[in-house]
Amino acid sequence: MISMGFEKFGFVSYVSQAKIGEFTEYLKKNQLMGTKCKKCEKVYFPPRGDCISCLGDEVEWVEINGDGKLVTYTEVNFAPTGFQEDVPYILALGLLNSGQQVFARFSKDVSLEQVKSGMAVQLVPCQIDEDRVTYEFQIP
Amino acid sequence: MTARVAIIGVGQSSFGKRPNSSIRDLTFEAFHEAIEDTKNLGRMDIDASLVATAAGYDKQRSPAAVIAEYLELNPQPTFLTEAACASSTVALRTAWSFIKSGLHDVVAVIGYQKMTDMTSEAIQEVMGRAGDVMFESPFGTSMPAYYAMFARAHMDAYGTTEEDLAKVSVKNHYYSQFNPKAMFQKEFTLEKVLSTRVIASPLKSLDCCANADGASCLILANESKAKKFAEQPIWIKGLGLGSTAMSLASRKPPFTGFESAQEAARQAYTMASIKPKDIDVAEVHDCFTIAELIAYGDLGFCKREDSPKMIRDKETHLGGRIPVNVDGGLLSKGHPVGATGGSQIRTLVYQLRGEAGKVQVDGAKIALGHNVGGIGMYTTVTILEV
Repeated sequence: MISMGFEKFGFVSYVSQAKIGEFTEYLKKNQLMGTKCKKCEKVYFPPRGDCISCLGDEVEWVEINGDGKLVTYTEVNFAPTGFQEDVPYILALGLLNSGQQVFARFSKDVSLEQVKSGMAVQLVPCQIDEDRVTYEFQIP
Repeated sequence: MTARVAIIGVGQSSFGKRPNSSIRDLTFEAFHEAIEDTKNLGRMDIDASLVATAAGYDKQRSPAAVIAEYLELNPQPTFLTEAACASSTVALRTAWSFIKSGLHDVVAVIGYQKMTDMTSEAIQEVMGRAGDVMFESPFGTSMPAYYAMFARAHMDAYGTTEEDLAKVSVKNHYYSQFNPKAMFQKEFTLEKVLSTRVIASPLKSLDCCANADGASCLILANESKAKKFAEQPIWIKGLGLGSTAMSLASRKPPFTGFESAQEAARQAYTMASIKPKDIDVAEVHDCFTIAELIAYGDLGFCKREDSPKMIRDKETHLGGRIPVNVDGGLLSKGHPVGATGGSQIRTLVYQLRGEAGKVQVDGAKIALGHNVGGIGMYTTVTILEV
């Protein structure tokens, strides 16, 4: 895996170089990918470049199923620098059916009234603009 | 190995917006009060100083060096301790280890934060990086947002209401009237707290503490020096420090407690050989109202699900089963991150010496301090006895 492009991840990014930089290229192609340890086969999402379970340092990309349920959430009205024009937005923690917990925003078309802990959600790749990519929760 | 370690002097600056004060001025104020609080301790009796602050709020790099210089604590050892909002009590734990090991006899812990020197824009930028900057901050996180997600989980799990959260704010602001160093020093009604603007649902403005400037200073000593330099040494009976994953996504449900706090409490209670019911007075890290309810459960003051009932029944008010944050808490004192833990310990030392004035808990013998860094990444629990 070569280092590239992590600065394209999210609404504002703070990290540009990472072993799993290729992740953003997959998101751009509308693919939700995690990493799988070649040695012990543990799957990580968000991806990790190394396996902390068996300390293996070789991983491969695998497609992730975004189906899951909502664990907790909040609607943000007062945002940090770089996000002020986005308010209000809903931050959420979801548990994928495959076992990984994921932190992301809800899609802009979801309103607070529609959101309830425990509800079914789907994590999908999302193009923010020409360059930037992320993933977001939608109501399936 | 020395027998016991004591706190022999405590001090803090006024907390709040301090436009005429630099980090030097603030730490001098706290240090001066702590020295005056001892019995004739001289600066050269201090063998080492630990400076505690959270990185990124002021421009000074390597701040321990400049603080030690300004307070003339050279050439003794000094260095910085950083554990976000728990920096000063993590430093207290290190100071205890230095003394317990026999390496030093007297150690000063100096915590500070200068938060209002930055523009609002700059401080918001720092706030945005409070979480994991790789996979969480890029979505627009903030401290209120993270704690709001815990509040939502608490409400879903235990039926906690927005009124229950507001009651914590009402309690702590009420007691701040008697704390001349607190930022606010005024009471708010339940209706007022509930009507303030929503920052991150369900948390409103008065569910949140305020950024503040301030410093605190604790002076610790071994038993023989404590007897020499203190009228009434306050003994450190138990210490705990735990950690939790920084990312919310890497934590285990339910999102109604902090593993770091549960671990720190376990360590501290074991070391002190006491149970939660033995605590006479406590200071807990109420950076947000929900954080105080979380603390009741993590510290074993009640079952986790009973924490809303604890505030409804006024069990943590003065006269209740365990008075909590009767100095006003972070909610009303303001939260100069690196100074907060030291300020909590100062309050508890006053309580155990019987010097807490209008908020004195009668006959307090054992006190507990709980200081959380960030979203529970670090938590210290400190148990003191007279």
